[in-house]
Amino acid sequence: MSEHVLEKQFADLAHQSETAELGIWGFIATEVLFLGGLFCAYTVYRYLQPAAVIEAARHTKIVIGSVNTGVLLTSSFFMSWASLAARAGQSRLLGWLMLIAAALGVVFVALKGLEYAQEITEHLWPGQHFSLDIAEPREGEVFYFIYWLLTGIHALHLIVGICAVSVIARRAMRGEFSAAYHSPVRVVSLYWHFVDIVWIFLFVLIYLPGRGA
Amino acid sequence: MTATTVVELPHPHGDSYLTDGTTISSWLLTHDHKRIAILYCLSITAFFFIGGAAAALIRLNLLTPRGLLLDAETYNRTFTLHGVVMVWLFLVPSIPTTFGNFLLPLMLGAKDLAFPRINLLSWYLFVLSGLIVLGGLIGGSVDTGWTFYEPLSSGYSSGALVVVLFGIFVNGFSSILTGLNFVVTIHRLRAPGLTWYRLPIFCWSTYATSVILMLATPVLAVTLLLVAAERLFGVGVFDPTHGGDPLLFQHMFWFYSHPAVYIMILPGMGVISEIIPCFARKQIFGYHFIAWSSVAIAVVGFLVWGHHMFVSGESIYAALVFSFLSFIVAVPSAIKVFNWLATLHKGSITFEAPMLYALGFILLFTIGGLTGLFLATLAFDEHVTATYFVVAHFHYIMVGGMVSAYFAALHYWWPKVTGRLYPESWARFAAILIFFGFNLTFFPQFILGYLGMPRRYATYPPEFQVWNVFSSAGASILAIAYVLPLLYLGWSLFRGERAPANPWGATGLEWQTASPPPTDNFPRTPRVTRRPYDYPAPAA
Amino acid sequence: MPMPPRRIAIVWLVLLGLLGGNILLAYAGLGIAAPAVHIVIAAAMAALVLLVFMELDRGASLFWVFAGAGFFWLAILFALTAADYLTRYNFAPTTGG
Repeated sequence: MSEHVLEKQFADLAHQSETAELGIWGFIATEVLFLGGLFCAYTVYRYLQPAAVIEAARHTKIVIGSVNTGVLLTSSFFMSWASLAARAGQSRLLGWLMLIAAALGVVFVALKGLEYAQEITEHLWPGQHFSLDIAEPREGEVFYFIYWLLTGIHALHLIVGICAVSVIARRAMRGEFSAAYHSPVRVVSLYWHFVDIVWIFLFVLIYLPGRGA
Repeated sequence: MTATTVVELPHPHGDSYLTDGTTISSWLLTHDHKRIAILYCLSITAFFFIGGAAAALIRLNLLTPRGLLLDAETYNRTFTLHGVVMVWLFLVPSIPTTFGNFLLPLMLGAKDLAFPRINLLSWYLFVLSGLIVLGGLIGGSVDTGWTFYEPLSSGYSSGALVVVLFGIFVNGFSSILTGLNFVVTIHRLRAPGLTWYRLPIFCWSTYATSVILMLATPVLAVTLLLVAAERLFGVGVFDPTHGGDPLLFQHMFWFYSHPAVYIMILPGMGVISEIIPCFARKQIFGYHFIAWSSVAIAVVGFLVWGHHMFVSGESIYAALVFSFLSFIVAVPSAIKVFNWLATLHKGSITFEAPMLYALGFILLFTIGGLTGLFLATLAFDEHVTATYFVVAHFHYIMVGGMVSAYFAALHYWWPKVTGRLYPESWARFAAILIFFGFNLTFFPQFILGYLGMPRRYATYPPEFQVWNVFSSAGASILAIAYVLPLLYLGWSLFRGERAPANPWGATGLEWQTASPPPTDNFPRTPRVTRRPYDYPAPAA
Repeated sequence: MPMPPRRIAIVWLVLLGLLGGNILLAYAGLGIAAPAVHIVIAAAMAALVLLVFMELDRGASLFWVFAGAGFFWLAILFALTAADYLTRYNFAPTTGG
């Protein structure tokens, strides 16, 4: 069991852990506004160009998107289980659970990479070579501008999460966490769930429009 | 008066946070909030003078109607640099990162902030952002003004714009982390007995500022990201040729940038609330009103951003709503001013430098604030929007208000931070010179704006020259006046009289420990049993 | 083989069910109601993640305030921006005079 560094400004370990958790909730609030701002831009654009957005969205890859959503939801499930295991002091179990969650994150990124590769060959990257067979291709191009930005930012957040989770998982496998001290687990798991929530909304805004016959 | 045991440590002067480690790395790798505050202070001072140099160029150029020095393109780059540097590299960080960082744990009776390493990271991000921003501004030809309006910013301005936007993005990260640190610290690290209603008003203001930092800055970040992406992709959501709306940029930009002005002024108001009771030797009037007015400003300040867009093409109905809300947001500020005046009433007032700056703040902020109401009035704004009236309005608040408050804080807490007393006569002289120079610089600009001189133009019709000359004359006085504190404060570091723990006889936990404080702030965690501002208090 | 706690396992299955339901509804041709329906289901999924996976329902009230603040301020951005867009084109301007 390694030593837990109690920083001098805290009264005890519990004080420090609760403060860390408050910190990550605060950070999540800022991220809600960051991603939310992007969703606001999407919403306004969809209000201005509803037909084009719906038509363009039909060309997104719903199979990969749906599978990916399932993958992320499952990774959140394992992460939540890990957090509960941490509270029960089961350090090695929680380490494995976090590694599974991280692995599912990697699966997501891999599928996303496949999806991106397909979309590039289909000329869906905005710019000179963009081409989309819909009634308003210029507006469709803006939809894909938003698509690449939104999914790209999400993927970056996820990759950061995968790295953080892996680091904490390794510490957990070494038995570093206990019922009394596991706040790093709490902190990364809250971040992970938040990234999942972003994707839940992103999925319905990007993949679902325009599917109805 | 708070009930603590030790007032002054029986220490030789080698036992404070300043002497606790004397290598460069002990400063650059410090976790101590007090040292980080000083690192910030040095950085923002440098940026202030860079932004000030740009201002000097502007005022020099405007001495003659045809523009004395600069062609239009260079002039545009100059006021862009002035705005960007002053807003993000000076005003937004100023009081929070210097005095907020230094004082918050002291005022709370804590040993440091909640997240000291994140605090250090914030400073590094800040310095990095400054270097990137300056690199882009000086190396490229960014001429959009600090507001980066579409479609100029995405379609027509220089490519270095993306560098500047990235720099501000990094700067935003720094702000967000600082705000988060402060909010969590105020919630979690208050000393025993320090309830919310026993907090100094500076803590309430810092809390309100930090909420805005956390919730507004992310939207700026994503907005600038959208502009940079539009530049890089060649297509974007603000582009009307692709079905987008350039006005959406303004909505998202001002969603941050209006609350940003409250980020800039709220900490200053907090400082004034500390200084007035001390130098009037009186309990602050209406503590609860002043405390909650900070919160009200922070919240209502998010609802008024459309008043920057009255003539941009937003709907008249939205403009009505924003105009009405802009009147409402003036109310909590007015409450503060009335409460400060009521505190002064029948107080035993003395006129040390901090008090001179504080009194100047009240007058200049009131003028600036009242002219804000003029601008919130739709009909009047039609006439003076994008003229020097607007420029004068925000400079009265930012420079007359905020910079005065910064100097007030600098002088008030100088003994605490450095352990030295500054020379009072020089400080008073500088304060009066600043007040005079400031008014000579900016009052003529109200007149110019009303007469119709537009802002952001390198030249102007000849009938405006006399007021421009007054303004530039004032600016030269202001420039000298700003250098004076640099000189005598610097002098005091080496030759100033050593300061006692509480040279002003002030209340507040920060005065209950040595000047300068030990690294861990207090020998024992203080316990608070009384309300703040319990003047008259015995002198140290 | 350790068993997952029941509560979160059930929530996981419910989430997958809601996902499947949302996808099927996308093909059902809901027309004008489609965005609202999809968002509501997404919000329900997000709420489950927040309350159960992130244990907000057991958290201190301050966590609720922080979580809520983000969404509340986002609502301000949406609402006042909408105030412009919804009224800009939909009301005939009055003639001058």
